[in-house]
Amino acid sequence: MAALALALPVVLTLVLALALTGVPAPAARAFAYEAPLANPKLEARADAIFASLRCLVCQNESIAESDADLAADLRRIVRERVAKGDTDDQVRQYLVARYGEWILLKPRFEPRTLLLWLGPLFLLVAAGGGIAVYFRHLAPAGASATAPLSAEEERRLRALLDDESAG
Amino acid sequence: MRWKFALPLVLFLGLMALLLCGLGLDMRDIPSAKIGEPVPTFNLPPVGSLPGLASKDLGHGQVVLVNVFASWCVSCRQEHPLLLALKQQGEVAIYGIDYKDEPAAATAWLNELGDPYSRIGDDHSGRVAINWGVYGVPETYVIGKDGKIAYKQIGPVTAEALRDKILPLVRKLRAAP
Repeated sequence: MAALALALPVVLTLVLALALTGVPAPAARAFAYEAPLANPKLEARADAIFASLRCLVCQNESIAESDADLAADLRRIVRERVAKGDTDDQVRQYLVARYGEWILLKPRFEPRTLLLWLGPLFLLVAAGGGIAVYFRHLAPAGASATAPLSAEEERRLRALLDDESAG
Repeated sequence: MRWKFALPLVLFLGLMALLLCGLGLDMRDIPSAKIGEPVPTFNLPPVGSLPGLASKDLGHGQVVLVNVFASWCVSCRQEHPLLLALKQQGEVAIYGIDYKDEPAAATAWLNELGDPYSRIGDDHSGRVAINWGVYGVPETYVIGKDGKIAYKQIGPVTAEALRDKILPLVRKLRAAP
């Protein structure tokens, strides 16, 4: 039971985490008092970039959601660069060069972040494997319990049963 | 085979140890992307009677501190006496970047509290500070002889930070060839 007791919370947590990451984030909405880009296509791209950048002051909000001064400045920079013709990745790289990768809400997939990206999957497989091995072990253990009794055991069992029926 | 029963406990304790280490981390300490890099190119107009600040003023074999401040910033008031004391000692020059501030307000603020700076650049839009990777004031940078950023103090300079990190680093950078 120990293995199961350990594995169950881990698996449940992972299932919950996977379920939560599947929930779409609320649509990015820039602040009404800020002038959007004239081209709605570019503004939509800028909006998507806002949602992928961390507001460094409020830390767990994106700059699409934050009313902080710095977030407003960063939105202005993103709009400027999108209007200048930068690709989404170029815009992000511009800010990563200044603030580090921490500004990306979604870390990049690279050797340094391998554990972060694949860790949960590894845990899931390890826990699943652990559970499988645990249950596979249960069966042979049960089988050996029903192995034929030795002559001595047969004798003691009969004696016990006789006792019981007599009592 | 009995040791297997201890495995969950060992894993649990391992996890607890990991989480305990995590508790000690300060989420405000964002690793700076600019450490070891040359200061960004900029040219800021002066505030008051002091000369302005540009990237060409940094480096040239001189170790300096660059302090990003604003007259509206409360923590800047807190660190100010330490900067004044540092100027009195004369160990290292302090340059200021006045972040998103009115030059007149900054001048009044410095007249009231004292002026630790030998140069101040007026970053009215805050764009130069963004190129430095500033995300809040105050922040203080140690610039080496080569004009590269050697250290960044996030938040107000404290007596401990000065004694244990900033000044030892300034001395080390100055002694370096």
